Amino acid sequence: MSTDINKEDTQTQGGQPSGDQQESIRQVVEAMGEYPGAADASDPQLFCEARPKVEKPFRGVFEKFLNWARANSLWVLGFGTGCGAIELRPLMTSRFDASRFGVAGRATPRQSSVFIIGGYASVKTLKRIVRSYEQMQNPKFVIALGSCTINGGMYWDSYNTINRIDQYIPVDVYITGCMPRPEAILAGFVKLQELIKAGRGEKANEYAEHFDWYKANQKKVIKDWDMPDYNW
Amino acid sequence: MNTSYQYSYTNIEELLDILIEKGSVEKKLNAQSVDQQAPAAREPAPAATEQASPAAEQQHPTAIGRRQVQSSDLAFVTVAPEAARHLILDLRDRFGFTHLVLLTAVDYIEEGKFLLTYLLHNYELHHDIGVQVPIVRDSAETAGDRPAEADPDTAASMESIHDLWAQAGTYQRELKEMFGIDFPGSPRVDEPFILEGWDEVPPMRREFDTKQYSETTYFPRPGRSTNDPADYMRQKLYPKE
Repeated sequence: MSTDINKEDTQTQGGQPSGDQQESIRQVVEAMGEYPGAADASDPQLFCEARPKVEKPFRGVFEKFLNWARANSLWVLGFGTGCGAIELRPLMTSRFDASRFGVAGRATPRQSSVFIIGGYASVKTLKRIVRSYEQMQNPKFVIALGSCTINGGMYWDSYNTINRIDQYIPVDVYITGCMPRPEAILAGFVKLQELIKAGRGEKANEYAEHFDWYKANQKKVIKDWDMPDYNW
Repeated sequence: MNTSYQYSYTNIEELLDILIEKGSVEKKLNAQSVDQQAPAAREPAPAATEQASPAAEQQHPTAIGRRQVQSSDLAFVTVAPEAARHLILDLRDRFGFTHLVLLTAVDYIEEGKFLLTYLLHNYELHHDIGVQVPIVRDSAETAGDRPAEADPDTAASMESIHDLWAQAGTYQRELKEMFGIDFPGSPRVDEPFILEGWDEVPPMRREFDTKQYSETTYFPRPGRSTNDPADYMRQKLYPKE
């Protein structure tokens, strides 16, 4: 008996939708096209055909309020680019408890506002760093961990490790050390909060302003440039 | 002791003796038509015939040039490139060296050669043997070209062993990318392995100046200083001098 029921279920679920179903699907798709929030092929921002724009901050109290909110919800992109990624794990534990500062990990660039460059970055990783950074939405901030991001560290003469990350993406806060302890990273977060509250966390606009310079530097080292110039 | 292998040995010196004398042993085996557990293989070679004559080396392709015993379980032998595959296959199938530990290369730019090293491991005796193969290094004039564009006649090349151990193909891809040593027929050996879009001299070659490349490519931050450890410690310990 039960096998008969299963057979009927599979018969109704599988196969092509009937004529009435196709008609209703078509109506829904058409209705979605008329919806104002639907994807529009002529929107250059959506389809990566435009340069990033400088977004001027608001004036006065409203911007201060926004900065206060931004400073207290720093969401970190979960992208460990070097050995510094291992220092980020204890941050979330009860001993260091980065949640006190509103710091939380996020899985995708679209959801996060802080990009932590965790140490050395090879050219291969730099390509992914640039893509991820550009996919993050404004306002976005960059914390660079360790001496490798500052001057190359122990990889200063390596053939495939970049020396200064600030030549390729703008950096808000450097944290020195090899590697910095979790306490130092927390101090870096506090410093970043101070910068944001003081209205100095505008590096994303700096990136948009000097976009050509950054792109030229990126293309100088990423030889097989096989991605769009504007990929957000 | 597993007797499934044709040759049994107990220490690494004996193995090298057998390897050197193997040409004559094989002749003896063929002449006597004995089975695979021939005790003749286990007998230590007579001292008089320990030095294989040049004629015997030419007759048998596994002729071994230099032998070097480093410890009771590690030895190195040097063979010509055309004999290497034969020797490695013998070591795998007849002497129990069933595990390829690594395959790497050293760049002897002054002597104009790469020294390939195949390190093999015997799981029963836990012996390692390194088969060192000097191959001709391509000349410095053509070394500036990309490996793919280099002249195949002058480019460094070696016979592939990816059919003996599948993982050797990965080592060979790495050697192709880092040293420009070609292994014709090895799977995906011409594809990039680790580097993306690399268009310089293969970076592990000695003529590639990695410091200069880094300085001209990666925006060195000024103000970097280095301390010679000896000088630094001398100043620390004897500041008055």
